Amino acid sequence: MHELSITENILNLAVDYAEQANAVCVTDLHLVIGQLSSIVDDSIQFYWDIISKDTLCAGATLHFERIPAELQCQDCGTTYTLSRELMACPSCDSIRLKVLSGEEFRLESIQVETT
Amino acid sequence: MTTVPVVQEIMSANDRIAAQNREKLEAAGVVGMNVMASPGAGKTSTILRTIEALAPHFKLGVVEGDTANVTIDADKVLAAGMPAVQINTGGSCHVDAVMLSGALPELPLGEIELLIVENVGNLICPASFTLGTHFNVVIASVPEGDDKPYKYPNIYRGIDALILNKIDLLPYIDFKMDYFKRGIDILNPDAAFFPISCTTGEGVAEWVAWLKNRVKMIQLA
Repeated sequence: MHELSITENILNLAVDYAEQANAVCVTDLHLVIGQLSSIVDDSIQFYWDIISKDTLCAGATLHFERIPAELQCQDCGTTYTLSRELMACPSCDSIRLKVLSGEEFRLESIQVETT
Repeated sequence: MTTVPVVQEIMSANDRIAAQNREKLEAAGVVGMNVMASPGAGKTSTILRTIEALAPHFKLGVVEGDTANVTIDADKVLAAGMPAVQINTGGSCHVDAVMLSGALPELPLGEIELLIVENVGNLICPASFTLGTHFNVVIASVPEGDDKPYKYPNIYRGIDALILNKIDLLPYIDFKMDYFKRGIDILNPDAAFFPISCTTGEGVAEWVAWLKNRVKMIQLA
């Protein structure tokens, strides 16, 4: 249920940037979400439809770009992508790993109408 | 149609307030610790054990985050003689930076060296909200099962110490310590690990020694 607070953050950010751009409405939002952030797309969409009413973002479409979790083994250098469960290095079974991507959680851009 | 680049962390508003909280804590010379766990892991028991052991060394304060308007936890801390403030998150599943900033003025910060923030019992939501505390601790417990690092990876990523409570129950529960520990090592190999039992007191001394050291290091920095 933390998706409600998170969706409010997304709405506030989008409205700020839309106002700065003198937009009359926002049509699309592009979100980048890493696999390791515990965010459920459907849940954000659910709250979005409710809280974006009566704002510049009413009716705007949410686009989710999911970034897979990519890990690099600090022992043998192998880079691999997590498919489902957390796993050690597939080459050497080391657990000294560095997370290269998968923790992203940002609003990349919005598309707006200005007239 | 115009594309407006934003490229902003979605949690940036929360993070800004968290940075202000940190400034307020540091201005008063307070070290902040955020304690997260699932419901029933033993957050309050661990905090009470910790208070008991640390009270001779540091002046302590506690912020209790609770989703319902019950003061059971805050009352226990007050009974232990500590300044405590309750944040009622109003059904919300986490404490965020704004809630903590509202609680800080209610505490005698000048008289506190270590402020313990007990987050709402939840392994998902608190991970997304920085508070401005200096470090994060998760309390896991044996009855929750050994698969939690695999199911809730996010919460283990940014922590400095992991406590595994209720180890007195290990003989009765199928809990594979190696499997649990391996998940933590993959996610956060630098996290200090403390198996403890609040019932028997086993392991509490090691945890408290680490905490004392950590607080002193931050005070000196």
